[in-house]
Amino acid sequence: MRLKVSDLKSQNLKSIMELLNQVNEKLNANFAGQVVSAEMLYDFPVFTIKTEAMHDVLKFLKEDAELNFHFLTDLTGMQTADEKQLGVIYHLHNMPKNLRIRLKTFMDINKPELPTATDLWPAANWMERETYDFFGVRFKGHPNLKRILNVDEMDIFPMRKEYPLEDQERTDKDNSMFGR
Amino acid sequence: MEMSKETNDTVNKEVFEEKEYSTLNLGPTHPATHGIFQNVLKMDGEIIHEATPTIGYIHRAFEKLAERRPYAQITPITDRLNYCSSPINNMGWYMTVEKLLKAEIPKRAQYHRVIIMELSRIADHIICNSVIGVDTGAMTGFLYIFQWREKIYEIFEEICGARLTTNIGRIGGFDSEWKKSTWDKINAFIAEFPKALTEFSNLLERNKIFMDRTINCGPISAEMALSYSFTGPNLRAAGIDYDVRVMNPYSSYEDFTFTVPVGTSGDTYDRFMVRQHEMWQSLEIIKQAIKKMPEGPMHADLPDFFLPPKEQVYNNMEALIYHFKIVMGETDIPKGEVYHCVEGGNGELGFYLISDGGRTPFRLHFRRPCFIYYQAYPEMIKGIMLSDAILTMSSMNVIAGELDA
Repeated sequence: MRLKVSDLKSQNLKSIMELLNQVNEKLNANFAGQVVSAEMLYDFPVFTIKTEAMHDVLKFLKEDAELNFHFLTDLTGMQTADEKQLGVIYHLHNMPKNLRIRLKTFMDINKPELPTATDLWPAANWMERETYDFFGVRFKGHPNLKRILNVDEMDIFPMRKEYPLEDQERTDKDNSMFGR
Repeated sequence: MEMSKETNDTVNKEVFEEKEYSTLNLGPTHPATHGIFQNVLKMDGEIIHEATPTIGYIHRAFEKLAERRPYAQITPITDRLNYCSSPINNMGWYMTVEKLLKAEIPKRAQYHRVIIMELSRIADHIICNSVIGVDTGAMTGFLYIFQWREKIYEIFEEICGARLTTNIGRIGGFDSEWKKSTWDKINAFIAEFPKALTEFSNLLERNKIFMDRTINCGPISAEMALSYSFTGPNLRAAGIDYDVRVMNPYSSYEDFTFTVPVGTSGDTYDRFMVRQHEMWQSLEIIKQAIKKMPEGPMHADLPDFFLPPKEQVYNNMEALIYHFKIVMGETDIPKGEVYHCVEGGNGELGFYLISDGGRTPFRLHFRRPCFIYYQAYPEMIKGIMLSDAILTMSSMNVIAGELDA
């Protein structure tokens, strides 16, 4: 079986906008009040979901026959600029229709907990471990939530902004000269 | 006759019940693993019962490093992800920044990028496929075809001065037109490589020993490959025709005609064959790019990112200011967040970039295909022989740099 490139065309922005509205309608119908925001960031429809509903939303998007976001492209973490919240970001992909979507959820940094997605995608296993390793997000129900890239003895979550890369005590360099 | 069979069964049953597993520590620095991978194997004789991979031996904190580096200085970091095909990583990163800047890249620069990316894809697949040969005991193919990887590196050297960690090009395009000697080398490569690749194919593709060794070795079904988020040749070998170049064309891939080879069973032989055919397709794309090469500038009009020519820097104040700004990394970036993916040597290489308008990214995440699909490895080698597990790993093309970031 071979596929010719010329048979396929990438979606234009209009159809992505339609997707944004379609997903938005469906989510609002099924999860009233759980969708914090829906927006278009560059070429990506982005939804922010409340943490409590995140797992159900993922399950719904995966299993809904029409939306069919069956492929977990990426899962990663981030910290908000005010350093008070941690976020988890999911990139989902519907391969047959070639539609992509980004989901975000934000949690209080003192209680970063949300249910695991490993029951939906085995691929989430290491990605969640990586997110835990670097940000300290605890995925409830994860089969093996321990550090993956850093040493087990590490007692900080290094990607948090409170741990700067360079030694801040350094005096031999005037940072104001470098716009830092 | 009947008696002895019965006795045998009782003996076997006893052996089975008293089964003891032995633990084998494969790696981290084992010559057969082609990189720093550790697997603690629970073995039943020569059959693998369970595998526990440990990764992170060459973790270099790229995502944290990137948060303190100006955009142009992140390119050398991307070199060190999948170091077998660095230029693809470089281009993927440039395209991510260009997407954030909403920059229009001239067609000529895009076509040049396509040539570079396809050359490095060939180099990547040469390494993987010839090493599959070595792991099955066929050293000859490896020795024959590896010099062609060398010739590709010579082309990179002509363009940017580096061979392995290339840092090739700029945000916005290329620093200058390629020299005539570069084109001579590329044309010579296109003219002569098919002969070498045919020779390599003849050695292995229909070789009885090689086929017996690789068919049904470490297979993965399409459903399982999708649930483990496989991408690239490994997914296509399982029968899913997903290729980022086709699904989300970037850098003018929509201008070229090529086919996406797919396998059926997702075993080592299919992965090998998919890569073989991709090399032929890459050659076709390079030929088309050279034939259709448009005229025009080699870089976008992005003075904030593109070092001005030296004669202007010394004679023109504006050029000097830009030169200084770029070198000090003081260029303005719009706020925003983008995800851009390219078809890397191993699959969908994604860059998720959040910019808060500062000189460095607020957050940069690399979607590293190796990291994501290597977690299926314990599942894939369960119940197969140790030597097949080695072969499975080399055919999955797990690159330590990309795995550990």
